[in-house]
Amino acid sequence: MKRLSGIHLPHWKRTEEQPVRALPLPETVRLPMLMHTGDPCQPAVKKGDHVLLGQLVGEAVSESAVPIHASVSGTVSAITQYRTADGTEVPCVEITSDGEQRIFDGCQPPSVKSRDDLIRAARESGCVGLGGSGKPTFLKLAAVQKPQMLIVNGAECEPYLTSDSRLMTEHPEDVIEGTVLIMRLLKIKEARIGIQTDKPAAIRKLSELSAAQKGITVCPLPAVYPQGAEKVVIYHTCGKVIPEGKTAADLGLITLNVSTVAFLYQYVQTGIPMTERVVTVDGDAIKKPFNLRVPIGTNAVRLLEYTGCDFDHLHKLLCGGPMMGAALSSPDFPILKPQNGLIACKSAKQPKPSPCIRCGRCIRVCPLNLMPVQLERAYQKQDIRMLTAHHITLCMNCGCCSYVCPAHRPLADVIQQAKTLLPKP
Amino acid sequence: MKKLSVTPSPHTHSGMKTAYIMLCVLLALLPAAIAGCLHFGIHAAELLGVTTGTAILSEMLCLLLFRRKMTVTDCSAAVTGLLLGMILPPDLPLWQGAAGSFFAVVIVKQIFGGLGQNFVNPALTARVAMMLAFTQQMTAFRAPAADAVSSATPLITGNASFWDLLLGNTAGCIGETCAAGLLLGGIFLMLVQVVSPVIPLTYLGSFALLSLLFGFDTVSQLLSGGILLAALFMANDPVTSPLTASGKFFFGIGCGCITFIIRHYGGYPEGAAYAILIMNLLTPMLDRRCAAIPFGVVSRSSAATKKQKKTA
Repeated sequence: MKRLSGIHLPHWKRTEEQPVRALPLPETVRLPMLMHTGDPCQPAVKKGDHVLLGQLVGEAVSESAVPIHASVSGTVSAITQYRTADGTEVPCVEITSDGEQRIFDGCQPPSVKSRDDLIRAARESGCVGLGGSGKPTFLKLAAVQKPQMLIVNGAECEPYLTSDSRLMTEHPEDVIEGTVLIMRLLKIKEARIGIQTDKPAAIRKLSELSAAQKGITVCPLPAVYPQGAEKVVIYHTCGKVIPEGKTAADLGLITLNVSTVAFLYQYVQTGIPMTERVVTVDGDAIKKPFNLRVPIGTNAVRLLEYTGCDFDHLHKLLCGGPMMGAALSSPDFPILKPQNGLIACKSAKQPKPSPCIRCGRCIRVCPLNLMPVQLERAYQKQDIRMLTAHHITLCMNCGCCSYVCPAHRPLADVIQQAKTLLPKP
Repeated sequence: MKKLSVTPSPHTHSGMKTAYIMLCVLLALLPAAIAGCLHFGIHAAELLGVTTGTAILSEMLCLLLFRRKMTVTDCSAAVTGLLLGMILPPDLPLWQGAAGSFFAVVIVKQIFGGLGQNFVNPALTARVAMMLAFTQQMTAFRAPAADAVSSATPLITGNASFWDLLLGNTAGCIGETCAAGLLLGGIFLMLVQVVSPVIPLTYLGSFALLSLLFGFDTVSQLLSGGILLAALFMANDPVTSPLTASGKFFFGIGCGCITFIIRHYGGYPEGAAYAILIMNLLTPMLDRRCAAIPFGVVSRSSAATKKQKKTA
C-alpha cells in the first residue's frame, strides 16, 4: 500500500518515560461554557452556590452541546465572561475550591446496555475528543447507524506531546476495555488501534492485551507527521480513502482518540464525568517537563509555575503541539477539555518570507497531495475558481508545507485565509 | 507580564533556506568549473569571476533601483552568473561575459519580477542572446592547453576518446567539458535532496534512447557538448521547470527529444540550450496538465472509465 507523504519531525518527547503526575489542587478553576465544537452551555449554578466534584455547572441546551461539570468541590465565586479562541464571548463559571474534592452523589455508574445508552452516557459524561479536536464524542458515535469499523487513534504525531503515549503504557487495559465496550454496544466487528512506531512500549502492551480480544488489531504506523490526522490514520490502518466532501462516518468508520476511549470506559465504571485531563507541559522554556493531571479549568500559569517555566524568556506559549497548536497572547487562561499540550518556547524568531522559487517541496510533503504553492497563487489573485480547482477544502492545516518551505512562506496560514474567500455553503 | 508573540501555526521549521539550496548548487558546480579553469587557463578563471561578479552587482543595482528587498544574500544571482560563465567559450573577451551576465540578471530575471518570476532560464537566455550578438567569439573554441588555435568541438569532429571526454580534455565551453566533474556535482545535489532526479534522468534517458535507436555513439553523445550541464543544472532550475513529478517527467522527455532533433537534424551542433528554453515556455501548461491529484479526489479520467463500465 502506498504511504501518504509527511515530514520527519524531531520528536522532543522528553516526558515519554515519566509517569503522569497530579498537579496540586488549584485554589480556583474557571470553566468557560464552551469547550467543545458546537453551541455553548447555559450556566446551571449561581454565584454563591456550593458545588461538589462532578456536579453539573453547564447545562447542554442545544442538540450539539455536551454538559460541563465542576472540576473541584467548592463555592461558585463568580460568573464572568470568557473570550474563546475564535473570539466569541461565553459565560464562564468560576469556582473557589474548598480543598475537599468531595464527589457529587449523582455521579453513579450509568447502566449501558444498548447503543442509545452508550450515546446518552457519552453525552452526559461531557466527553469531547481528547486528541485536540474538541468534537463531542456522542456525535461521533451517533453519526453512523451501522458502523463497520472502529479506529482508535494513538498516533500522537506532534513533537513534545506524550499524554496519549503515557496513557497507553500506564493504563493499556482502559484502552482495550473501552474499545471492547464500544464494539459490543455499537455492534462493530472490527477495531484497529493505530500507534506510531516511536512508541514501542505502547505497541507491545496493547498488542499483548488485544491478543485475547476478538477483532482488535494493533497497527504500527510509521513515525511520520501528520500520522494522527483523521484521514491519514484511517488510510494507514484500514486502507480506506475518504472521498472529497465525505466524512469518515459516511464510510461507516468511527475514529476516536485513545484517551477518549479510555475515558469512556472509566466513566462507565465510575460515573465521574470529564473533570480532569492530562496535559503535556514542555518546551525549551520549561525546566522540568511533565505530564500533569489537572482539573479542567486550572489556570495555565499554575502548570507553568509547577514545571519551572522561565517566565523572563518566555516568548511564545502554545496550546497544543508546535505544528497545529494555537499561540496564546497571555499565560492567564484556563485549561480546557481538548487541550493536550502546553508548550512554552523561548525563541520567537521567524525569518521574513522570501520569494517562492517553485521548488515544489510543499507539494512533495503534503499528505493529501495538494499543491500549496498553487493555492497561494490563487489566493493572491483572489481566484476562487482556481482555489476550488485545486481542492482547497481538503486542506487540514497540518502545516507540513510551511514547515519545509525554504522561502519561509506561511503557506498553511495563507490557505486557511483563502478558505474564507469561498462562498458559504 | 510581557506580551507573547502570537503567530499562526506551525511554530517550528525545518531550517531549510533558499540560500542553502543556492549554496549547494554553487558547491556542486565547483568541480566542473575548477576543471575548466585548469584545462583552459587563467583567462577562463577570470571569465567565470567576471560573470559571477557582474551578476551579483547587477542584481544589487536592480534591487536598489526597483526598491525591492535586498535579497542578494540568497546567492541566486551568483548561481546564474557562474552557470552563464560555464557555458561560454574560454577565450571570450571579459566585457562580453559581463554584458551577458548583466542581460541574464537584469533583462531576464529582475525585469520580470525578480527571483522566482522569470519564465525562462536566465543563463541560457543570455547565452542565446550572446550567440546572436557576438557570433564569432561565441563559436571560437580551442583545445585545452593550445594557444589561440581554433578547433572544432568533439560534437562536430566526433573523434574524442572516452577518457578525454570524461576529464574534459576537449575543446568546448569552460564548464561543459569535464563530464566527471558535472556528474559528481549532479549526484551530490540529488544526494542532499536539493534537486529531484526526475528531470536529469528523463532528459538523459530519452536522449540516450533516441541516440541508440538512430545508431549514434550514445556514450560520447552523452558526454560531449553541453547536455550534461544542461540536464543536471539548467533543466533542473526549479523556477522554470514544472512543479510536480509527472510534469518534470514530461519536461525531461521533451528536453531530450528536442536536443536530439537539433543536434542531428538542426542547423546547430548543440541543441540543449534551445531545448530547455522551448520546454521552459511549456512549463505553465505542464503545471496545469500535470497538477497533483489530491488524496480523496476521484480523477476525471478514472471517473469517466467507471461510468463507462457501469453503462456497459
